[in-house]
Amino acid sequence: MGERFIVSMDSVPKLPRHAKLRFDKARNKWIILAPERVFELDEVAYEVISRCDGAATVRNVVENLCKKFDQVEPDIIVNDVTDMLQNLADKGFVVA
Amino acid sequence: MNDINEAQAITTKVVSNQNMVVPYAVLAELTHRCPLQCPYCSNPVELERSSNELETRYWLRVIEQSADMGILHIHFSGGESTFRKDLEVLVRHAAEVGLYSNLITSAVLLNRGRLEKLRDEGLDHVQVSFQGTTPEVANRVAGYEGHKKKLEASRWVRELEMPLTVNAVMHRQNLHQLPDMINMAVELDAERLEVAQVQYYGWALRNRAAFLPTRDQLDAATEQVEKARSELKGVLVIDYVVPDYYARRPKSCMGGWGRQFLNITPSGKVLPCHAAESISGLTFDSVKEKDLEWIWEESAAFNLYRGTDWMPEPCQSCDRREIDWGGCRCQAFALTGDAANTDPACEFSPQRSVLEMPLRESTSAAPDFIYRRIGG
Repeated sequence: MGERFIVSMDSVPKLPRHAKLRFDKARNKWIILAPERVFELDEVAYEVISRCDGAATVRNVVENLCKKFDQVEPDIIVNDVTDMLQNLADKGFVVA
Repeated sequence: MNDINEAQAITTKVVSNQNMVVPYAVLAELTHRCPLQCPYCSNPVELERSSNELETRYWLRVIEQSADMGILHIHFSGGESTFRKDLEVLVRHAAEVGLYSNLITSAVLLNRGRLEKLRDEGLDHVQVSFQGTTPEVANRVAGYEGHKKKLEASRWVRELEMPLTVNAVMHRQNLHQLPDMINMAVELDAERLEVAQVQYYGWALRNRAAFLPTRDQLDAATEQVEKARSELKGVLVIDYVVPDYYARRPKSCMGGWGRQFLNITPSGKVLPCHAAESISGLTFDSVKEKDLEWIWEESAAFNLYRGTDWMPEPCQSCDRREIDWGGCRCQAFALTGDAANTDPACEFSPQRSVLEMPLRESTSAAPDFIYRRIGG
């Protein structure tokens, strides 16, 4: 039996095997495909998810995003990223 | 004059396009053959014989056309999908064109080697149906000694590192096993448990009095699911829908007729939902004669209940008309004789009282099953 994945700054998140990130040409947006579910990503979600490659830690992802979005407070980015990843993990779209 | 006609033609096209959205999923019913005889089977009462089944080349074309029109998911289903010897070829082609593939199976015909082959061809996900948590209950409902094999095959799915959904149709005669079913899904290391309800058309309508749960059973089940969902957050996703005879609002059936989903029968007919053939008087186009995209956009059957123009009152002026889309057309037909009526599962339906008799029956002794058999 699996355990709930609690997202921390040291976690290394990635998509589970059954979830696929791809660009949906017909609807012009990035999506995660999973059984019976399609999760549509907005721009921010895509920026986060596309960096979760199974090698980067949440800290790496945040640092990377802070560089790209340098007008945003780092604390806000930390909160947004961990909230989003925890939410996705609870729905089965992200694993450790 | 020509210009005006052309301008009108363009306007019509634009207007009709407001209702036209890209579908998300196709259910490919490869065959109606099945070793199980579940008395709530969603296949039509008139089962298609194997001699009428589509040849491989038509399915390959359907897979290609599905991807081209923007469909994302393909569900290989049945009957028992694994009866088809060309399943591997179809799975491979789905992977080639980028469709997310799901095998919906009873698992009783599977062996480990075939599962491994299907995985290697690119199968993304497996969904195994369970009729109960003990052989006594499960085999009686299925009319087949298959429970043990289902457990074994589900373990192979996880050993082969494929994601697993446990699909459990729960009803009056097995709802007491719901806590065990949740535990079983966790023990099998499933990602997802689908607690499905019997939908009362076709075979299931004949057996309704044997399946419709009581209010008390249902309330207990809802409580158990809510508890399990919070305890198993991040471990097991539980999809659970309340049987709509007990609901105040109807289900958003198929996410709206001709909005998200299409179903292809073993002989190639394209339906807006798997039960649509239970509505008399509709005709359905075949993938043998027409392109899938044409059928989706232009065919009479898909346009009949698409959008909101067809709706009667109270749906027409209801602020939920684009949330539940008037409920289920097949249910409206089965219970009121007219598929264009509001689904009686809505408390505002003028025909709501048709639910009184079946709900009363749920508290008296359950009759024997009428099992699904060819020739009904």
